[in-house]
Amino acid sequence: MKHFFSKGYWADKDIQQLIGKQLRLGVITASVLVFTGGIIYLYRHGTELPGYREFTGVRAGLDSISGIIHGVRGIHGMEIIQLGVVCLIATPIIRVALSAFAFLLERDFLYVFITLIVLGVICFSMVGELAG
Amino acid sequence: MTILAFTLILLLGAFTAGMLGSLTGLGGGVVIIPLLTLVFHVDIRYAIGTALIASIATSSGSAAAYVKEGITNIRLGMFLEIATTTGAVIGALVAVFMPTNIVAIIFGCVLIFSAILSFKPKANTVVNNDTSELARKLHLNGSYPTPDGKVTYTVHRVAGGYFMMMFAGIMSGLLGIGSGALKVLAMDNIMRIPFKVSTTTSNFMIGVTAAASAVVYLQRGYISPGLCLPVVLGVLAGALGGSKLLVRANVTKLRIVFSVVIAFLAIQMIYNGYTGKL
Repeated sequence: MKHFFSKGYWADKDIQQLIGKQLRLGVITASVLVFTGGIIYLYRHGTELPGYREFTGVRAGLDSISGIIHGVRGIHGMEIIQLGVVCLIATPIIRVALSAFAFLLERDFLYVFITLIVLGVICFSMVGELAG
Repeated sequence: MTILAFTLILLLGAFTAGMLGSLTGLGGGVVIIPLLTLVFHVDIRYAIGTALIASIATSSGSAAAYVKEGITNIRLGMFLEIATTTGAVIGALVAVFMPTNIVAIIFGCVLIFSAILSFKPKANTVVNNDTSELARKLHLNGSYPTPDGKVTYTVHRVAGGYFMMMFAGIMSGLLGIGSGALKVLAMDNIMRIPFKVSTTTSNFMIGVTAAASAVVYLQRGYISPGLCLPVVLGVLAGALGGSKLLVRANVTKLRIVFSVVIAFLAIQMIYNGYTGKL
């Protein structure tokens, strides 16, 4: 562990490859979840009529992480799709977090700080009661 | 029309949108909103939520390819992300108080602007006179690999670029698009960055910007799984197919056709917004 933060342990190239892998993994996980949830959703509700003309907001349980996880446990198609969507939203955010780590390894503290500001703004949008 | 038929037709539409978006560089999200509102009569608020998710999908999907080549200027992207994410959060907040027909009209204007910009010849000029003190202090100047070796470039007018990015972020949060055209404009015309670098860096930024406002929209109930299902899968498959085709296709002709289609859709959006139908 003592060499963990030294430059030699994680070469810059490794972290770039890690970021590339993480992006691909995020997109693939999201697609698999959306696809699986989609099959279940279409199997159960495929013959019903779509209703998107009037805006009512999505039904309860689809607009919060706790609600989505509750639905995924009950194998509800819509919640599984929504979990995939959450994975997709998380992909660029995790990428920013990894970049902060990469800048830390390069000992570029100015950019560690800048990256943390970006993460802070995103976190503020999550918990800042902005949903209205 | 049943949900099954609706999903399959929309899947086909999203596939085409993703393919054209990646072939022309305009992104898949731009066509999703007119497709959903004008063709499928979906409420524009659902359309905005869905388009945001589509922009994240295309951005992350293609960013994975660009990281390896070392063209993206991560420092520049990250610094400008402060502007675009704060802008995106402001945009998402303003969207609550904005009548939907005004949103439709603004969207149409941005769409026309993007279509015109895509015609502009892309000069890959490299400017090397080091004029910006701020760019030096923030280590924004960079280099990128070409077959003839490394090309170094300097960044100009950092403050101007920053405020343009803030505007791009507000538009992105308000309209649910990546506003890639505005980002490239800020980097090409104001900051004088080579086109190759600005395109990939803008693509990196689109995902992060869209994620910042997507979090707000998810909690607000704008993001519907029934719409995300065909759109995410369709746009991703289309973008993948488009990037494979890109090597062979005659992009110039395609871009003209696509821009005309987009301009037509934009006028429809403005008209429907003006008459209060959206």
